[in-house]
Amino acid sequence: MAAQGERSVIYLDNNATTRVAPEVLEAMLPYFCERYGNPSSMHSFGGRVARQIATAREQIAALIGASPEELIFTSCGTESDSTAILSSLQASPEKRQIVTTRVEHPAVKSLCEQLDSLTGHKHRLSMLPVGRDGRLDRQQFQEALSDETAIVSVMWANNETGVIFPIEELAQIARNRGILFHTDAVQAVGKIPIDLQRIPVDLLSISGHKLHGPKGIGVLYVRKGTPFVPFLIGGHQEHGRRGGTENVASIIGLGKACELAAARLAEENNRVRRLRDRLEGGLLSSIPNAMLNGHQQERLPNTCSISFEYVEGEAILLHLDEHNICASSGSACTSGSLEPSHVLRAMGVPFTAAHGSIRFSLSVYNTEEEIDFVLEKLPPIIAYLRQLSPFWKG
Amino acid sequence: MWDYTEKVKEHFLHPRNVGEVENPDGIGEVGSLACGDALTLTIKVDEQGRIADARFKTFGCASAIASSSALTEMIKGMTIEEAQRITNQDIADFLGGLPKEKMHCSVLGREALEAAIANYRQEPLPTAHGEIVCECFGVTDVEIRHAIAESKLHSVEEITNFTKAGGGCGKCQGRIAALLKEFWHDIKIEEGEKPKRLTNVQKIKLIEQVLEREIRPALQRDGGDIELVDVDGDFVSVALRGACVGCQMSGVTIKDYVEKRLREQVLETLIVEEAE
Repeated sequence: MAAQGERSVIYLDNNATTRVAPEVLEAMLPYFCERYGNPSSMHSFGGRVARQIATAREQIAALIGASPEELIFTSCGTESDSTAILSSLQASPEKRQIVTTRVEHPAVKSLCEQLDSLTGHKHRLSMLPVGRDGRLDRQQFQEALSDETAIVSVMWANNETGVIFPIEELAQIARNRGILFHTDAVQAVGKIPIDLQRIPVDLLSISGHKLHGPKGIGVLYVRKGTPFVPFLIGGHQEHGRRGGTENVASIIGLGKACELAAARLAEENNRVRRLRDRLEGGLLSSIPNAMLNGHQQERLPNTCSISFEYVEGEAILLHLDEHNICASSGSACTSGSLEPSHVLRAMGVPFTAAHGSIRFSLSVYNTEEEIDFVLEKLPPIIAYLRQLSPFWKG
Repeated sequence: MWDYTEKVKEHFLHPRNVGEVENPDGIGEVGSLACGDALTLTIKVDEQGRIADARFKTFGCASAIASSSALTEMIKGMTIEEAQRITNQDIADFLGGLPKEKMHCSVLGREALEAAIANYRQEPLPTAHGEIVCECFGVTDVEIRHAIAESKLHSVEEITNFTKAGGGCGKCQGRIAALLKEFWHDIKIEEGEKPKRLTNVQKIKLIEQVLEREIRPALQRDGGDIELVDVDGDFVSVALRGACVGCQMSGVTIKDYVEKRLREQVLETLIVEEAE
């Protein structure tokens, strides 16, 4: 019965986490009870595991156009972000400016806001604003950079709106000024093509569970020649760049997930995009006072954030939950704080709309039937909640 | 996901008494779109002074809708005097409890009831006289004192959970702490409890000892430092030095660390502030 219940879930919250692909799980399983050797060991039982890790590293490198030796395994996207930023600051201690955006994930935003107490140094933090459509102003970006800039950190794609930033162009501007460029690409890798042979970023963060890999595994890409100071100090693993015995099964799983993602990239950008557009178009045309958050074109193929005015996000989510539909919201009540999402506020989405924002994020596992089910169930929920709302004069 | 009781879920999914009473005798409107929750309560009062009908319209999360529904069920059939005695805790209890971060939803219900009763009696609302403390959510000192007394609150975090005050930019948290201190200090004196007496010299000496013994070494480990500038009654004014200067966490350092340690070791009523 439980399995039946699980299957009936309509999961449209893939920017929060994803289902582990069955192929990924299958690849991982032997590394728990059978091939459990330590890759650092001298015996061939461990040595065989080391060779499998090397294969996984190649699979991941191939997805983003990197060399295998440019990848460092970490425990999650957050560790990758922390490592990249703290390493860059330590590498040039005389530079005290950090340039980032107001819409970063907390893994970057909160870290930057608390750096002073972490490093004991005072930093100048430049948090670039975004426009109403969630995009950065290139001019402002250029002007924010200075000789003092130690690191620039701009996410590749925003987790709430899916808005994609022009990383190639921004990284090139930073490169021309000799400034290190980091990008939190956890939402972009596997969803859009990324070729680091062409795009001059120095550091890039990946998270396994956002692309149908397991939770608890991340990668930090460090371009050859980039100054690097380790975050976790310990053994010689990862060529001394990240101590700690490798999370073998998860590394193997992530390798497989990246191989699958490379093969499914076209599907993600065609079929998934069409499903997303069907959902978005259907909701916007059938529900009055609904609006899309974020630029319509420059967006991940799987994400849409829609605001329904005069209703509150948590109430919408819990009604959707009654139909086993999973989504998320940028409303205050769901964020655990009392204010709506910092991303929507940075975009200047009015509070009347921010409180009623719902994010749908799809994956290759979604079907047209599921989308049609949501299109059938959501409009009456919004209409019902609006009847309850003292502000709705419809 | 919030841990809502079955009763909260039931009242959220199937709310009672939705809408507006025709020709109401009392209307209570509280909250706003900007704040994320708002409630309009309308009541009909019969000749015996009983609430014959009560209806609501609510913009807000599941617990706001459930609290509104619960409130209307509770007050129907009550006299105005009986209804007046309903507290936010009564609303929460009716629902089998609310998560602590959601207690402000029950306060919203109680406030709407107060407003509707005041409107019925054509009296001004007592809370309207207050002075705004939290600008983000428009919460007055009167409302905060009311919540402290009603729900016996002892920390700024609790006040945020119950009234939202301090939950936005956080700038007013110092003022909320002072209100809290003031309230419980007054209560203690009323109860005749003798506050700990220290002469000014004793107080300053003790503060200096704690600063030297543990607070300065701790801050120095992070490249910062602190200096005592002045002590005026219970107000201790300090200046942060080194890496602490301009640090975004300095407010937290002062309230959550320095003030806490000094209160534990010197005097419960001390209020530590950064020197201008």
